[in-house]
Amino acid sequence: MGRLSGFLVTLRQMGRPRLTTEYPKVKHDKPERMHGRHVLNRYEDGMEKCIGCELCAGVCPARCIYVRGADNPIDDPVSPGERYGFVYEINYLRCIHCDLCVEACPTEAITETKLFEFSFANRADAIYTKDQLLVDDTGHAQRLPWELWLGGEDDDTSAWMRATSPSGSAAYEGRVNWSGELGFGVRPPEHGQSPVPPPAPATEKQDD
Amino acid sequence: MNHLLALDPLLRGSVTWSVLAVVLIKVVVAFVILLVAVMLYIWAMRKVIADMQNRIGPNRAGPYGVLQTLADGIKLFFKEQSIPDSADCPVFRLAPYLSIMPAFLMFCVVPIGGTVSILGHTTYLQVVDLPIGALFILAMSGLGVYGVMLAGWSSGSKYPLLGSVRASAQLLSYEAAFGLAILGVLIQAGTLSTHEIFLQQHWTNAWSFVTHWFWLKTCIAFGIFLIAALAETNHPPFDLVEAEQELVGGFNTEYTGIRFAIFFLAEFMNVITMSAIAVTLFLGGPSGPSLGFLSANNVINVWFLPMIWFLVKVLALLFATVWVRASLPRIRYDRLMSFGWKWLIEIAILWVLVTATVQVANVENWNSFVAAAVSVVVAVAAYGVLYAAMPKSDELIEEIR
Repeated sequence: MGRLSGFLVTLRQMGRPRLTTEYPKVKHDKPERMHGRHVLNRYEDGMEKCIGCELCAGVCPARCIYVRGADNPIDDPVSPGERYGFVYEINYLRCIHCDLCVEACPTEAITETKLFEFSFANRADAIYTKDQLLVDDTGHAQRLPWELWLGGEDDDTSAWMRATSPSGSAAYEGRVNWSGELGFGVRPPEHGQSPVPPPAPATEKQDD
Repeated sequence: MNHLLALDPLLRGSVTWSVLAVVLIKVVVAFVILLVAVMLYIWAMRKVIADMQNRIGPNRAGPYGVLQTLADGIKLFFKEQSIPDSADCPVFRLAPYLSIMPAFLMFCVVPIGGTVSILGHTTYLQVVDLPIGALFILAMSGLGVYGVMLAGWSSGSKYPLLGSVRASAQLLSYEAAFGLAILGVLIQAGTLSTHEIFLQQHWTNAWSFVTHWFWLKTCIAFGIFLIAALAETNHPPFDLVEAEQELVGGFNTEYTGIRFAIFFLAEFMNVITMSAIAVTLFLGGPSGPSLGFLSANNVINVWFLPMIWFLVKVLALLFATVWVRASLPRIRYDRLMSFGWKWLIEIAILWVLVTATVQVANVENWNSFVAAAVSVVVAVAAYGVLYAAMPKSDELIEEIR
């Protein structure tokens, strides 16, 4: 065929199945580590985790987080410890979902759900306040009217990702591990490139 | 007069209201058919190319996205039209219509069906059967250059001008090979009328598509015609006129809104018309087997089957053009020129020479094999002399140094 073999290449494509996902009709499962809309977590007793340290605001490359800390009222503390997040706002017109705030947070207060299908009709809706970001009593994100929750997007959100696995198994080497999360227990680490699936309970004795 | 049977729009015969009505109906129907065909062709082209590139293609407007072209057209119709300050206004406004008229006029001489009777008049299913139909095709494809050239020139801008210079050079170059390829058919058919050419390729038995249709008898001319027609319609791989990477958008860079849409329409209308002409000249036009179990005068055999055969052949050619569009990269400009001038035209001239000799040999009852052999020898000798006279590339390089 030589120079004409290109014609066969194009013709052969016609019979092949399409790889395109017709998005609004068909939706893929979201990746475990997807960065979506944030939540502010609480402890099991209802106390807020945020201590108003402003590390997330400092690390944010898009400057979309605004935090103001305040001293806890002695008779009715909002968070365990001295300070709490008095004002907490995230501007989703600026947020790039880089997850740096989650990594900066010393108390696992801010984490990300897998929700990305949300849009706003005005600027005020785009700036999420602390009331909107806080999780409810079951540890799940609040569902705002302009957000499209499909289910499962706010599961397993209150934990950190660990870059390495201390579990000692070679199959976990360099794999992502998770910190323990309240209400959900400890998730098994992600399966690495090793073809052998790791034994599931190996993650139970994770330190710290 | 046979060509008067087309109830010709030149209105030379005895004109009555019914003749006028038939002419009017045919013109309007042909125009509508062509517009709808362009709309569907653009959609089908995008779908097929998407298939060939493992994509889905347009699928939003209407079922399977079939109304996409209509939506685009409506959008372009309501868009603002801007004219550059430096443009030559009347010519700038005129150019799109100069580009679309030849495409439509060319289609007028194409027979899309057999002989039928409308309003009590026996007539051909073609707008007009000119006695010089084939020349008319050549003339119109030459006129199409003016739209492109004037559009580029009147824009008063660099890139359109460069695009139009390229376009005119390319169209004129391939016009020669195009004309010589048609000549290959005309010599064998002995007529310029498209309807006569169609009649000569009429379906008589199951092997008519080999023995009567001209594609095999003029196989080389057919190949040259297809290549030259691709170049004439600025179709990839010969779309240097609109080489986006080099010329922004080519001659139509400064055009917006409906004027741009008309250029777009003209380009694709040209592709369809060229396919229709290739079918008429080489692939038997509307001829094909009719349904034997129905009488020869049955409305299906007279009206619909020829049209269906015509449609099937045109669709096959259109698919081939889309296939070429999806498969071949754009050719380099100097290669385009050297291919046109150094190969296509010479092969076409050689073919015309051999065909003419064989034709004369048939008439004069010479031995056609000897005549063909002698003509090939003469042609090759002539080419040898020409080749010896031409400066070789290394000599040219020496000269430049």
